[in-house]
Amino acid sequence: MKKFILLALLPMTAFADVINGADTAWIMTSTALVLFMTLPGLALFYGGLVRSNNILSVLMQCFAIAGIVSILWFVAGYSLAFSGDNPFIGNLSNFMLAQVSIDSVSGSIPESLFAMFQMTFAIITPALIVGGFAERMKFSAVLLFSSIWLFVVYAPITHWVWGGGWLGDTLDYAGGTVVHITAGVAALVAAIVLGPRQEFLKKPIPPHNMTMTFIGAAMLWVGWFGFNGGSALSAGGDAAMAILATHISAAAGAMTWMFYEWVKFGKPTALGSVTGMVAGLGTITPASGFVGPAGALVIGIIAGAVCFNAVIMIKQKFKIDDSLDVFPVHGVGGICGTILVGFFASKELGIFSGQGGWGHEAIVISDQLQIQLTAVVATAAYTALATFVILKIIDVVTGLRVDSQTETQGLDLDSHGETGYNL
Amino acid sequence: MKLVTAILRPENLDKVREALCDVDIPGMTVTEVKGFGKQKGHTELYRGTEFTVEFVHKVKLEIAISNKNLDLLINTISDIARSGKKGDGKIFVTDIEKVVRIRTGETDHDAL
Repeated sequence: MKKFILLALLPMTAFADVINGADTAWIMTSTALVLFMTLPGLALFYGGLVRSNNILSVLMQCFAIAGIVSILWFVAGYSLAFSGDNPFIGNLSNFMLAQVSIDSVSGSIPESLFAMFQMTFAIITPALIVGGFAERMKFSAVLLFSSIWLFVVYAPITHWVWGGGWLGDTLDYAGGTVVHITAGVAALVAAIVLGPRQEFLKKPIPPHNMTMTFIGAAMLWVGWFGFNGGSALSAGGDAAMAILATHISAAAGAMTWMFYEWVKFGKPTALGSVTGMVAGLGTITPASGFVGPAGALVIGIIAGAVCFNAVIMIKQKFKIDDSLDVFPVHGVGGICGTILVGFFASKELGIFSGQGGWGHEAIVISDQLQIQLTAVVATAAYTALATFVILKIIDVVTGLRVDSQTETQGLDLDSHGETGYNL
Repeated sequence: MKLVTAILRPENLDKVREALCDVDIPGMTVTEVKGFGKQKGHTELYRGTEFTVEFVHKVKLEIAISNKNLDLLINTISDIARSGKKGDGKIFVTDIEKVVRIRTGETDHDAL
């Protein structure tokens, strides 16, 4: 996504100032696909995984986050992420998109479209965190948290990596650091700060509707073509290769998890297969436009195997109730992918070679790995610290958790005055 | 007059219904129920975490029948629903004091 900035800095900016119809059409399509990932994709994926008396709370949290983040992104989020030369945070020169007119161009697409495409990323990232605190957080606290988190964590880190900030050399095609590491780490911190659900490790908390989860997961797979393919910000070979790599990694992640589970626990499950798919997709995200399909295959296999073990480790060994396994799937996947792209973007790996770095220049693996590791550590550490502080403040202001009676009864009735099912 | 209450595996319900229609049983009431017996529950696996489901899904059949047809009914149900494994279910027989057909007001054997 940073490529347009580099292009803009090149001497031949004359080309970069013209709107390209094909590029614009593809990014408009991608924008719709990425919004579709959150609504209804992620909402259904998460909704099926909770118990039947919490289904509406999860759908509403995803939906309300989409609404509130859209407005906040328009008002100041975009400006804080994508303007100014400060290495750590943008400025407010584009407050209320003041400088975006019908003629504004970003790379080869209208800037209004770039801001909109980026908005869908800003929506899905806090929506992903919902999985960490599902079934126990107050709705008011969710809204407050998501709003503050957007400005304190998401906008600055987007600026660091894609907005001309201090991590600009990082290979992060579509958000391994910006989206998946931030969401995964924040979910983990939220799960720890809020504490486990009452029944965690005492009673079964099985998903209430696996069909819903399956449908949501399948929508995520499709939507991810826009997420990664759209991050080319153009409609050429970069976008096509990103989609190919994305697809291969998703398939490899799903099959790896399915067979791994089949061998280890005796049965290939639907939930395992789609979770492996999401792991494959999250892990290929930072790498998608830089690696080739063979590299993506390896990345997908690693994603399935590593995230599979991470899920079991977080819940059963560390006993952290990251309700819907956001950290082990998205956080660990994002970390793996951000590191692995340092290898597989290289042009010197034979059949496993990638395309090189931004603008396709050759990269030196050892140098690039240092850059990648720096980005992983910086984004994870900053996200963890900032998320912790935000949650502690909200705890004092409104409180974070619903009371235990509400938790037992389910959030739908108490928080929203509705029930998901009247059968 | 007897009330026969049979707890069966859900997958056997249709076979039992067909067999009972063939021997002219007057009617039945079916309820979906959960419970446990010797079969106990089963385990389900979600992302590597195993859950024990303690109550197994069963169907409960209730049939009111005259004394002379009781053995035929019990034998038919047992024959069809028996797999020989734990979890096939049980049949309970209790006395009925009175039966009324609401439409006509007929009572007891006339109402069965």
